[in-house]
Amino acid sequence: MSKIARRSLLAGIAALGTGACSKIDGFATSESGAGLFDMAEDWHLAAHRTLAGRQALAPEYAADDRSPSFKGNGSLTVDSPVYREQLAKGFPDWRIAIKGLVDKPMRLSLDDLKALPQRTQITRHDCVEGWSAIGEWTGPQLAHVLDAAKLREEANFIVFWCADVLYGRQYYESVDMVDAYHPQTIIAHSLNGEPIPEKNGAPLRMRIERQLGYKHAKYLTAIEAVANFDQIKGGKGGFWEDIGNYQWYAGI
Amino acid sequence: MKPAAKNNEAPCPKARHALSTRLWHWINAGALVVLFMSGLGISNAHRYLYWGNYGFDPADAWTAVIRFPDWATLPQRYNLAEARDWHNAGAWVFALALLGMWIAMLANRHFARDIAAPLRAWSPKRLWAEIKEHLKGHFEPDDGAKYNTLQKLTYAVVLGILLPLMVFTGLALSPGIEPAAPWLIEGLGGRQSARSLHFIAAFALFAFFVVHIVMVLVSGPVKQVWAMIAGGNP
Repeated sequence: MSKIARRSLLAGIAALGTGACSKIDGFATSESGAGLFDMAEDWHLAAHRTLAGRQALAPEYAADDRSPSFKGNGSLTVDSPVYREQLAKGFPDWRIAIKGLVDKPMRLSLDDLKALPQRTQITRHDCVEGWSAIGEWTGPQLAHVLDAAKLREEANFIVFWCADVLYGRQYYESVDMVDAYHPQTIIAHSLNGEPIPEKNGAPLRMRIERQLGYKHAKYLTAIEAVANFDQIKGGKGGFWEDIGNYQWYAGI
Repeated sequence: MKPAAKNNEAPCPKARHALSTRLWHWINAGALVVLFMSGLGISNAHRYLYWGNYGFDPADAWTAVIRFPDWATLPQRYNLAEARDWHNAGAWVFALALLGMWIAMLANRHFARDIAAPLRAWSPKRLWAEIKEHLKGHFEPDDGAKYNTLQKLTYAVVLGILLPLMVFTGLALSPGIEPAAPWLIEGLGGRQSARSLHFIAAFALFAFFVVHIVMVLVSGPVKQVWAMIAGGNP
């Protein structure tokens, strides 16, 4: 724990002591408040990683356990003529770029991804709003793709770039190397045995099974290895993190 | 008990609250207010409750919850990210304090001496007799115990069932906890069941909170609050 974090904890406790509602309301946006909240989140991440181990799997379900449908949320489509045309044709020209801190940048088609070893998993999707859906996802493990692109050692995070735009901003998300190399982290192209529907992120969507739904980037266009988020959009590692102060770690 | 107790010279006078009890009481009270109000804010994000593992369609919900007004939520407007921040930070304070309280009250025998009630105390007949005594305004236990039987049962249910249930159903909602303890989510009947139970237990605690305040008000609020701050009688 850094000195600054410790100081903000003390300031946070002092601020809590003042009690008044108006002050409480401003607390979260104050420096000490944000520091305290970030620290609580760091502890959750550390506790989860310690308790579960880095490779522990999220539960997988039987085919009968799937929900009758799979709710779409957030962006439900990509508002561009190119996307509409590709959607109608089955995405023959859709490519995802593997870029950033890799020795061998690549551009992969859907067929390229399907030619890699596939993983199929029936998992539960938990939205930050509180609801859950269960579906079967198929795709190659991200680890395979990163290995093929020869990830460099200085890469600390993997950023997922998306085609969809929400509130005028491009959607993106990111994970650290623990989740990037987790066995259930796949670049999914199929949901319940069919190409991923439009509302669920066609043609490609990330599955980050030990975190909430907003980490599961849809309408994937690029995967970028980075050392940190300093030069990336709002600098917090994700769309909702930048726009709404949602926590970067979404395992709780 | 030891002979000292017979001479009314018990080492702990019965009105005294242990320091651990007083500390925990106020930390827990603060944490529960933060958790309950931020929880109402989180509930506003999806106001439907389900049983089982999945649930997203209001048509499948066993109940639709009201939209809680802004004055009841933390923050005092709809902001899911900030409500979650309060909730997930408050959870640490609440859970660790509860763990500390359980260790303290087993170690100092507060639980065995003052709260644990014999099984026969849970019989409906005994409970009804106790309730009638309460309604007559007679709260003092006859047998020289610290708490009357209804109090013992209430505190046992709150400390032994409702508060731990909040911790465990809360943990069950975290996708990051599930790989470590899949049995927890299964045991609670699935994630959406855990979410429903989290909600029900929260409102059971709210009901306790209301009754608790009323009982303090009708049984000498100054004396009661002072005892919970300073330990002994004024």
